[in-house]
Amino acid sequence: MRPLTEDETRTLFVKLTEYMGKSIEKMINRSDERHCFRLIKDRVYYVSESIMKTANSVRREDLLHVGVCLGKFTKSGKFRLHITALEYLSQHAKYKVWVKPSSEMSFLYGNHVIKSGLARMTENTPQYAGVVVYSMSDIPLGFGVAAQSTEHCQTLEPSGNVVLHQSDIGEYLRGVEDDMC
Amino acid sequence: MGRRSKSSRSKAKAKKQSLEELELHSMSENESNEEEKIVETGGKEKGISERKEHEKKDDESEDENECTIETNPKGPLFSDENTAWLRPTKNKILDLDEDDGDDINEKELEVERQSRLIDMEMKAEKEEAKAEMSRTIAQETEIFHLPTMEELENEENRVVSPSEIRSRIESILEVLADFKSRREQDRSRSEYIHQLASDLSELYGYLPELMEYFLSMFGASETYEFVDASDRPRPLIIRTNTLKARRKDLATALMKRGVSLDPLANWSKVGLKIIESPVPMGATPEYLSGHYMLQSAASMCPVLALNPQPNEKVLDMSAAPGGKTSYLAQLMRNKGVIIANDLKLDRQKATVANMHRLGVKIVITCTHDGRKLGKKFPHTFDRILLDAPCSGLGVISRDPSVKVQRTIMDVKKNSHLQKELLLAAIDALNHKSKKSGGVMVYSTCSVSIFENEEVVNYALQKRDIKIISTTLDFGKPGFIRYKEKRFHPSLALTRRFYPHVHNMDGFFVAKIQKLSDGKTKHSLESTKHIEQDIEEKMKDSKEKDRKRKVDASAGKETLKPNKNAKNDHFSIPPSFPKKKSNAKVTKPRRYKNSGS
Repeated sequence: MRPLTEDETRTLFVKLTEYMGKSIEKMINRSDERHCFRLIKDRVYYVSESIMKTANSVRREDLLHVGVCLGKFTKSGKFRLHITALEYLSQHAKYKVWVKPSSEMSFLYGNHVIKSGLARMTENTPQYAGVVVYSMSDIPLGFGVAAQSTEHCQTLEPSGNVVLHQSDIGEYLRGVEDDMC
Repeated sequence: MGRRSKSSRSKAKAKKQSLEELELHSMSENESNEEEKIVETGGKEKGISERKEHEKKDDESEDENECTIETNPKGPLFSDENTAWLRPTKNKILDLDEDDGDDINEKELEVERQSRLIDMEMKAEKEEAKAEMSRTIAQETEIFHLPTMEELENEENRVVSPSEIRSRIESILEVLADFKSRREQDRSRSEYIHQLASDLSELYGYLPELMEYFLSMFGASETYEFVDASDRPRPLIIRTNTLKARRKDLATALMKRGVSLDPLANWSKVGLKIIESPVPMGATPEYLSGHYMLQSAASMCPVLALNPQPNEKVLDMSAAPGGKTSYLAQLMRNKGVIIANDLKLDRQKATVANMHRLGVKIVITCTHDGRKLGKKFPHTFDRILLDAPCSGLGVISRDPSVKVQRTIMDVKKNSHLQKELLLAAIDALNHKSKKSGGVMVYSTCSVSIFENEEVVNYALQKRDIKIISTTLDFGKPGFIRYKEKRFHPSLALTRRFYPHVHNMDGFFVAKIQKLSDGKTKHSLESTKHIEQDIEEKMKDSKEKDRKRKVDASAGKETLKPNKNAKNDHFSIPPSFPKKKSNAKVTKPRRYKNSGS
C-alpha cells in the first residue's frame, strides 16, 4: 500500500471533478476525520487515516482492500472509476439524471438510458459531462456520461441515448467480484 | 257387550299372535336392513308409521267386519246397543279411543315394540363399539417385534418401502418411550437403538456413524425430530442494513414489489422474514443498492452476542463472505476499524464486494492464516469474532451433501483446527481494553460436541479466560457432560440453537472474556501447571526487570509490581497451594533483590 504520486493524484482528481465539480474539496478536507488516498496494486482506495495506520501492519501480499475502492489505473495511466465509488459520487454529484421505473431494470442490465426512460435531468448539463443516475425513489443506480446537453435532450427522439452507461449497481451481480481486487 | 268382548278378546289374542309373527318378521327385517335404516332415519319412521297404518287398517277392517256381522241381525241401525254408527270409519284416532282394552293394548304394543326395537339396535351398536375398542387396545398393546439378523438379511433381497421403514422407526420410538413394558423380552436396548440408527440413516440418507453420533447426543425421539427438520428448508431471512435504510422503509419498498414479509423476532430489530416473493430477493434494486443482506437468523446471533461498540478495534477471523462483518460495521455505525480475515482468496473477493455494496467504510480485508494472527497482532483487538470453519452439521437443510460427505474423522480434524484458531484469537485479544476488557465470541454452525464444547473447554484449560453470558436469552444451554467427558460448569452459559426447536440453523455461540495474558488459568490446582507457570513467570519477570530498568532510566512510569504480583509465583515452592498466593506478595521482591 503506498500513497499516490503527483501524476496519479492529478489524473484522479481530474476524473473526479468531471462528476463532482468543486465538491472534490469536501473529499480532501473532511470535517470529521482526515481521509487519504492509497494505492494497492493499481487500485485507488479512499480511507480514513486511523484505518490506514492499522492496515500498515498487514503484510502486502495478504492485504486485499482498505476502506472504499474508487477505481483503478489502467496500464496506460488513465483512471477508470468503479461502481464502488458510487456512494461518494452520489453525495457530491453535480449533474443528476432520474430514470423512470420502467427503464430502471434496463439500465441495471447495462444498457444506455434512452429518452423514453428519462424522467428528470439537472439543468445546464453540458454534453459528455459525468452524470449520476438515480431511480425515482432517489436511490443511486450508477453513473455515466451525458450523451447530449439538457437542451438537446428535450428535442431528442424517444429512442435516442440520453446517458451513456458507464457503471451500474447491477454489476454486483454480474460477476464484478473478480474485478474488485 | 260381554260376548263381544270375549270374542273380541279371543280375536285380540289371535291378533296378538299374528302381531307377534309380524314382529318376528319385522325383527329379521330390522336386522338385515340395519344399515339402510341408519342412513334413512326419516324413511324408517315412515316405515313404522306405514306399518302402523297397515296394521290399524287391518284392525279396522276386522272390527268393521265384526260390527257388520253383529249389528245386522239385532235391530234398528241407530240404538245404544248398536254403537257402530258412532264410529267414523276413516278416523283412526277415534278408533283407538273407541277400542278400549285389547285394541289399545295392541297399539301400545306397537309403540312398545318400536321402542324395544330401537333399544335393541342401540345395544347392538354399543356392543360393536366395545368389541372395536378391545380390538384396538389389543393392537396397541401388541408388542412390536424387532427384526432379527436373519430377517434383516432377508430384507436386503427385497425392496423395503420408505413408509415401512418409517413405521418401523415410529414403532421403535414407541418401544423406547416405555421400554420396560413394551420391549421384547430377549432383546436389549442397544439392539433397538442400533436398528433405529440404521433405519434413520437409510430413510434420510445419512452416514450411519453420523446417525449414531446424533443418537448419543440427542436421544431417540429428538434425533428423529432433528433429522426431519434438517430435511426441510429454513425460512429466508434478510437483515436491514441500517447504514443505508430503515427497516420500515425497506419493508414498505419490498411490499410494493409484491414481497410478503414479517418482522423476524422480538430479539432482532433489523431482521425480516420473507414469506413469499415473486422477485428473486438477491436481485432487487434495494439489494443492489445495499439496503439489505441475505443472512440467516442464526448468523445474527454471534454478532449480537459480541455487541461491538463504535470506535473499537474488531477482528473477524473467518469473515467471508462478509455477512457478519457487515453486521459488525452496522452496529459500530461505520466508526472504528474492522479487520476481516479469511484464508481463502476467492471467498474474500465476495467479502470485498459485499462491503462495497453495503456501504461499509471501515473494513480492512486480508488473507492471513488465522492461526498466525495471535503472533501478528498480539494484544491488539478490543473484540474478536471467530465464526470457525466447521463441518456444517447444523446447516444440513442448506447443504444435504453434508449427510454423506462428513465423517467423524472430518469432525475431529475440524476440532483440531478450531482449537488452534481459538487460542490464536485469545492471544490477539487486548484484555486491558477500556471498553470491553477483551471479549470474543466463538461460534460454529455445527451441533457436534467435538467442535463446540470440547474446543471451548480446551481453551479454558490453556488460557486465562472465563466464559460469560451470551445475553441471548433464547437457545438451549451447552452440554456440561457427554458420555465419559466432563466439561467446565461455566459451559452452561454457552448457547445452542437447533432447527427442530428454534426453526433456525443449528448453531453454537460462546462468549469468552480474557482475564490476563497468562498461558494457564489460575484456578487450576495441579502442580504441573504451577510449575509451568513459575517457569514462564520467571521469564516474564526477567523481561519486566529489564524493561523496568530501561523505563526507569528513561524516566517513564514503571510497571507496578502489585499488578503482576499474582503472576510472580516463582518464589513459592511447587507444593504450596495457590490459595495462599496473595499472602506471599511481599516475598518475591526480597528474593528478586537478592537474586538480581
